[in-house]
Amino acid sequence: MAKANLMDYEKAISLFEVVIGLEVHVELNTKTKMFCGCRNEFGEEPNTNVCPVCIGLPGSLPTVNKKAVESSISIGLALGCQIAPTGRFARKNYFYPDLAKNFQTSQYDEPIAFAGALDVEVPSGKVFTVQIERAHMEEDAGKLTHVGGATGRIQGAEYSLVDYNRAGVPLVEIVTKPVFGAGAEAPELAAAYVRSIREIVRALGVSDARMERGNVRCDANVSLRPIGQEKLGTRTETKNVNSLRSIERAVRYEIQRQAQILADGGTIIQETRHWHEDKGSTSSGRPKSDADDYRYFPEPDLVPVMPSNELIESLRAKLPENPADKRKRLAGEWGFAEMEFRDVVNAGLLDFIEEAVAAGAKPQAARKWYSGEIARIANSEDKDVSELNITPAQVAELANLVDAGKINDRIARTVLAEVLAGKGSPEEIVKAQGLEVVSDDGALIAAIDEALAKQPDVLEKIREGKLQAAGAVIGAVMQAMKGQADAARVRELVLERANQS
Amino acid sequence: MSEITPDLVRHLANLARIDLTDAELLRFTEQLSVIVDSVAKISNIVDENTPATSHPIPLNNVFREDEIRPSLTQADALSGAPDSAQGRFKVAAILDEE
Amino acid sequence: MTELIKKTASELIELMHSGEVSSVEITQAHLDQISKVDSQIHSFLVVNAESALATAKDVDARRKAGEVLPMLAGLPIAVKDNLTTVDAPTTAGSKILEGWIPPYDATVVTKLRNQLMPILGKTNLDEFAMGSSTEFSAYGPSKNPWDISRTPGGSGGGSSSVISSFQAPLAIGSDTGGSIRFPAAVTGTVGIKPTYGAISRYGLIALASSLDQIGPVARNVLDAAYLQDVIAGHDPFDSTSLPDSLGSMVEAAKAGSLAGKRFGLIKQLSGEGFQQGVRNRFAEAIKLITDAGGEIVEVDCPSFEYAIDAYYLILPAEASSNLAKFDSVRFGMRVTPEGNPTIEKVMSATREAGFGPEVKRRIILGTYALSAGSFDKFYGAAQKVRTLIQRDFANAFSKADVLISPTAPTTAFKFGEKVADPLAMYLNDIATIPANLAGLPGISVPIGLADEDQLPVGIQFLAPSYKDGLLYEVGAALESTLEGIWGKRMIDFAPKLEVN
Ligand SMILES: [Mg+2]
Ligand SMILES: [Zn+2]
Repeated sequence: MAKANLMDYEKAISLFEVVIGLEVHVELNTKTKMFCGCRNEFGEEPNTNVCPVCIGLPGSLPTVNKKAVESSISIGLALGCQIAPTGRFARKNYFYPDLAKNFQTSQYDEPIAFAGALDVEVPSGKVFTVQIERAHMEEDAGKLTHVGGATGRIQGAEYSLVDYNRAGVPLVEIVTKPVFGAGAEAPELAAAYVRSIREIVRALGVSDARMERGNVRCDANVSLRPIGQEKLGTRTETKNVNSLRSIERAVRYEIQRQAQILADGGTIIQETRHWHEDKGSTSSGRPKSDADDYRYFPEPDLVPVMPSNELIESLRAKLPENPADKRKRLAGEWGFAEMEFRDVVNAGLLDFIEEAVAAGAKPQAARKWYSGEIARIANSEDKDVSELNITPAQVAELANLVDAGKINDRIARTVLAEVLAGKGSPEEIVKAQGLEVVSDDGALIAAIDEALAKQPDVLEKIREGKLQAAGAVIGAVMQAMKGQADAARVRELVLERANQS
Repeated sequence: MSEITPDLVRHLANLARIDLTDAELLRFTEQLSVIVDSVAKISNIVDENTPATSHPIPLNNVFREDEIRPSLTQADALSGAPDSAQGRFKVAAILDEE
Repeated sequence: MTELIKKTASELIELMHSGEVSSVEITQAHLDQISKVDSQIHSFLVVNAESALATAKDVDARRKAGEVLPMLAGLPIAVKDNLTTVDAPTTAGSKILEGWIPPYDATVVTKLRNQLMPILGKTNLDEFAMGSSTEFSAYGPSKNPWDISRTPGGSGGGSSSVISSFQAPLAIGSDTGGSIRFPAAVTGTVGIKPTYGAISRYGLIALASSLDQIGPVARNVLDAAYLQDVIAGHDPFDSTSLPDSLGSMVEAAKAGSLAGKRFGLIKQLSGEGFQQGVRNRFAEAIKLITDAGGEIVEVDCPSFEYAIDAYYLILPAEASSNLAKFDSVRFGMRVTPEGNPTIEKVMSATREAGFGPEVKRRIILGTYALSAGSFDKFYGAAQKVRTLIQRDFANAFSKADVLISPTAPTTAFKFGEKVADPLAMYLNDIATIPANLAGLPGISVPIGLADEDQLPVGIQFLAPSYKDGLLYEVGAALESTLEGIWGKRMIDFAPKLEVN
């Protein structure tokens, strides 16, 4: 497939207004599925977390998971939504082998939450208010594996295999209204919005919110209209965008692709497009057509959900601090410079630092470790920080070892590598490998005397005021101590010795 | 006068994944025309003020606690499947090779 | 002593409790009758002699050991083949499910097993319960024991004929628009559709979820009451099942009385357009009711005129969605066309070959009723008609305690008579459908034979939702009045089947 012609981004923005719309699917971390008591656990032996309900056997009937409903209400409330006094499930009918009943039990015209808004800060510091159209409950589909053909992709496969372990896992689908006015920052806004949703559901504790595992998935709608035009342009829906970075890239790509087509006098086809992380481009999927007649109707096997005011208010009372407020509070408490704080937020490190601070780290030290070392390592390994094998508590432990002077920065970096390699906690590693700084003056003085014996003129030079001469001795001592000495203390001792004589 | 045409019946059969023969297509077109003409009168006796009844007995808020129940074994889950492999249901390719 | 198979369920329960007869004897007697007559009647799709006898033996041993057993322990029963059973194939009368053995039991089946009732086998039905004659069963029709050139009604013709040919004392049916009551009427048996939600639908292969209801089929009202009492009750696996018990139907049947009650004669179903013999028997029943101290009032239900239309939109719509799961992926038949077909082509070929014409016709109609352009005009309007029908009922029940009509416009019809004309077939359900649309309970009780063909006629009583007990009360009272007049039971008028 030839790569599409792309218009220069700045030029595209100067010619067109960008309108985006985002559909985010959040997988809830309930113990059981949405409509049956099977374990909500993914990645186990295929077709072992299944029952007559979630593989759609004849005669089976769904039953609604109470916790999933409560989690959905909490999400709605956290997004500033109204909660529907009566919500209903509906059937969305279409045939696909990962859909056990060949209809998805979802919500249609009566979603549980609607009409919310979320303030989202983009990297420039600008804040956009994204209007939330609705948040509704539905069920996930099973997992298809395509066998045969060259790439394991659906095209050219010989046959496919279906595992229904994920079928029926509870999802909340959050749909925005069209978002106008972000201009050149639309791609960043899209990513920042999804990051905010992730922060919210994680803070609520209703989802593991790990994008790399598909707990949070985003479909991005993009359309362009010539600046000044009232009528909305035709949109495309890019699916399969499953990291913050790809959301930004995919939206940017669609803007450039559509702009070029429009500038060339072409028309945009309303279609589903697929994002390819490897190529950094989208490709055409199935065109939307009249055949997409989902024949929605109220699910006759389930009765309406009518949350009481008491329930809604009790869930509202349990809402965690809103992420924007929390950020304001933490910025004050931690005393970071404005740029430092924004970098932390943009890098998605806020939660980690917060946890490390809660575990006893000093805020600046936690920031230094996360933004400096850990984010860099994650980047170089193309991973999310959450995927690295180190907990915020371990980072706090590491930072505190340095603070207490037990290890120096250089040793600390070695310890970090060992922690990431799964060798244990920082304290365990320091102890096991004898990495603690030698602060016993006796051992240091012996090493200093040995070094001075080899460089007898050093003390004289120091006494003459050439303090830098101490460096040679310090270097020799550090070498002799294999780096496990506090260089400042060695310097002090050398100077003391010079003054004594 | 009926709105039921062979093309419409074919479209509906496609939506419903039924591969009708030509003879069935014609027969169903005829029979559905008669039925649809007969039932269509109901839209005249209701209006936007008539509430719809989707459930005959009005219940609400029927929930299940979030508690794990035993699942089927993989063997039982696959027991009725026409074809399976590697613990999964096996189906024909989803897309045509182009 | 009369033959065991001629006794009622209540009599058999007594005999077992007093130790006069064993469950094995009762079960074996019915299995013998099955081997004698079912080759003619074709009530059963599968007979489970071995497991039925095993249950019977277990019951006898436990009773001998002095164990306190459930009320119906040891009493054999037949189950309509749209209920899942782990030990017998479940087909719903369709080729597409041929040979499928479900990995789970329907809740009702679990309750029968908990009662220690030997399950004799699975009874025939129109494919997926779509029909009024069993002529749409993929496995051939069942015959009416009163006249084997006629249908035993449908969709539950297997269950109605099993009772009327003495192959089982009790049977389970399901009623979406009359599939228990209509077959009961044309076979001289008793059939009840309880209040929607009174009996769990879990494990019932869905036809139209908002209309389907499981119920008892029996030889008399008290027998049916025994069965309803053990299969009813809230089920956490069915979100539409009623939270509270409706009380004891056996007590209601035993307290049977007509006196002092107001019986609402439904103007729209008072017999016009009904067969003359049906009208005659119905008129006599009304007279008996007034003689017994019941009051007859006329009630007007103008929306009933649209009930069949609404029903034939709601049912196909829900069915088109319920039957989408029959796609050859997880269970059932698979047809793979030549070449390298895609899954879409495999599904379409399977559903073309696996479904019969009536099922395909209704799926396509239902797909149309739900599709974007016609939803409001068809499915949406039908749901609104449902509201009008409920209002008519509410109004009628403000004037009467129970509503009455003939159960069906005609007696049993001949094979082939209506099969080519869907609309004619649909008209059989004119009196039974409103109860399903409104969710309320109905019973059909035999009231004699039509003069012109000497075939059974039934009366239908309808009660407000939750008041199933009222149906048993009036049904049992009318039944005993009639038996007093006849000097025998309705079923004893049945011609003797020729045994091969
Ligand atoms: Mg959705
Ligand atoms: Zn399940």
